[in-house]
Amino acid sequence: MSTTTVANKHAVADTMTMLRRNIIHAKRYPSMVFGILIMPTVLLLVFNYVFGGALEKSSGGEYIDYLAPGMLLLLPAYMTVSVAVSIATDKSKGIVNRFRVMAISQSSMLTGHVLGALIQALGGMAVMTGVALLIGFRPNANLLEWVAAFGLLTLVTFAFTWLAIALGLLSPNPESASNAPFPIVMMPFLGSGLVATDTMPVGLRQFAEYQPFTPITETLRGLLMGTEIGVNGWVSLGWCAVIAGGGYLWSKSIF
Amino acid sequence: MVNSAITARGLRKAYGEHTVLDGIDLTVAEGTIFSLLGPNGAGKTTTVQILTTLIGADAGEIAVGGYDVGTERDGVRELIGVTGQFAAVDELLTGRENLHMMGDLNHLPRRDTRGLATELLERFDLVEAADKPASTYSGGMTRRLDLAMTLVGNPRVIFLDEPTTGLDPRSRRAIWDIIRGLVDDLGVTVFLTTQYLEEADQLADRIAVLDQGRIVAEGTAAELKRLIPGGHIRIDFADQRALAAAQYALGPSARVLDAGDGLTLAVPSDGGVRSLRAVLDLLDAESIQAGGISVHTPNLDDVFLTLTGRSAQRPATAAEHDNDRATTEQESLA
Repeated sequence: MSTTTVANKHAVADTMTMLRRNIIHAKRYPSMVFGILIMPTVLLLVFNYVFGGALEKSSGGEYIDYLAPGMLLLLPAYMTVSVAVSIATDKSKGIVNRFRVMAISQSSMLTGHVLGALIQALGGMAVMTGVALLIGFRPNANLLEWVAAFGLLTLVTFAFTWLAIALGLLSPNPESASNAPFPIVMMPFLGSGLVATDTMPVGLRQFAEYQPFTPITETLRGLLMGTEIGVNGWVSLGWCAVIAGGGYLWSKSIF
Repeated sequence: MVNSAITARGLRKAYGEHTVLDGIDLTVAEGTIFSLLGPNGAGKTTTVQILTTLIGADAGEIAVGGYDVGTERDGVRELIGVTGQFAAVDELLTGRENLHMMGDLNHLPRRDTRGLATELLERFDLVEAADKPASTYSGGMTRRLDLAMTLVGNPRVIFLDEPTTGLDPRSRRAIWDIIRGLVDDLGVTVFLTTQYLEEADQLADRIAVLDQGRIVAEGTAAELKRLIPGGHIRIDFADQRALAAAQYALGPSARVLDAGDGLTLAVPSDGGVRSLRAVLDLLDAESIQAGGISVHTPNLDDVFLTLTGRSAQRPATAAEHDNDRATTEQESLA
């Protein structure tokens, strides 16, 4: 079924058509988008004001400066839920069978979602950065470091979105698609996003140190706050490449 | 010389142990309406899915518009339009947005798309609802939008999988008029599946009867009806004496209907005016008073009873139903 020749010459145009469709969906059904984009910013406020005072010492400075780079990574994590649900919902609709028998780039059905997720996540990150700055976040990054930071965030979103597409394609219905990415959503909390990993119990600490979000968080923190990046930059890029490639190939094989 | 829009030789498809299509041969001439008639689970939807490149066949030589459905899928897809049994419209988009999306996916210039969308909305009586989300449409409106979307790509071969199932009689007639218009005005070829003999009778130039994955009869509506002895005229009488007199006058082919009060005669008939008049003339000539008269025309159940020895209305076996579900899942996953 998936070994068909694809009308690739229209890949870009078809992706844009699918993106327009997804944007209209987001406008007509805003609660999902709203929840996923606003929730991380709400959590940023909660963590900062509830735990900030207690955690000031372990973070060695203003807690918001430690917290904000880590919290930005909640957006790609939360986006995976939205993407998986959209893909699973599409799959259950007759319209996809129509797309299936048209001479269009078949993969545009997926790439349209990737592009839509990138736009939404970057919008959410801009909102969160604005809120963080308002409540005292004082990064010392120059323009180039800001660009690099948002470049990394884009790459992370791209990678996890492909993984989310595979999860959405595997899910039998939208309900189970909303649960499938749960481990991804939890991962930013189980890393160095909120507190330094050396305060954690041994088993959790080992997981935290070796899971992808920790080097990505450290790289982001380095770019924005000037802390030590070390090998974390390359490790982050490696993780993104592996997750994006794996998610893409996995999606392709079941699409 | 009439070219074939669709040809299939030895088409086979099985899901695991269960054979859905067991060697089907089809030929559909360009510019005609061909109807595949059969009950639920006969394999109609699977046939459409294979002919439209949605799923692959296990065996058979199948071509649409001269393109092989297995190896030249994009060629087939450029030519065809499909309106399935399950609405293929985007419910969150308005009718107009759905049509615009189809224009974009057919890679038409934006200006052409807008004009075409407006024209189709008028033609399909959807102007008032054009800017409302399709989720608010009635069944008949959704089906009309579905058909309009199919037409955006100017297809030469249109597949309609049970286009009127679940519609009220008025909507059904509206869809029939649209389908006739497609063939008469645009010269397209229509491949239609249906459970209703009446629908095939109304629309199709040729009809193939599908049962358990095999074609059990093929021909024009008139040819098929001749195979079916189910048609008869029913005459009700006030008393036994009138019935006996009528039975004597009409001869041995008239028999007392088993069901009812024993005062109804059934006379075999093709359902035409001529045979009805002959019966009335006979009753008139003998001055026999009939209480009521009705014409019973053959239906799908009669066709099936005759051709397969089974009733079409009786549900298929449990295994076949499971297979139906499997087919639907395949469809959505494909």
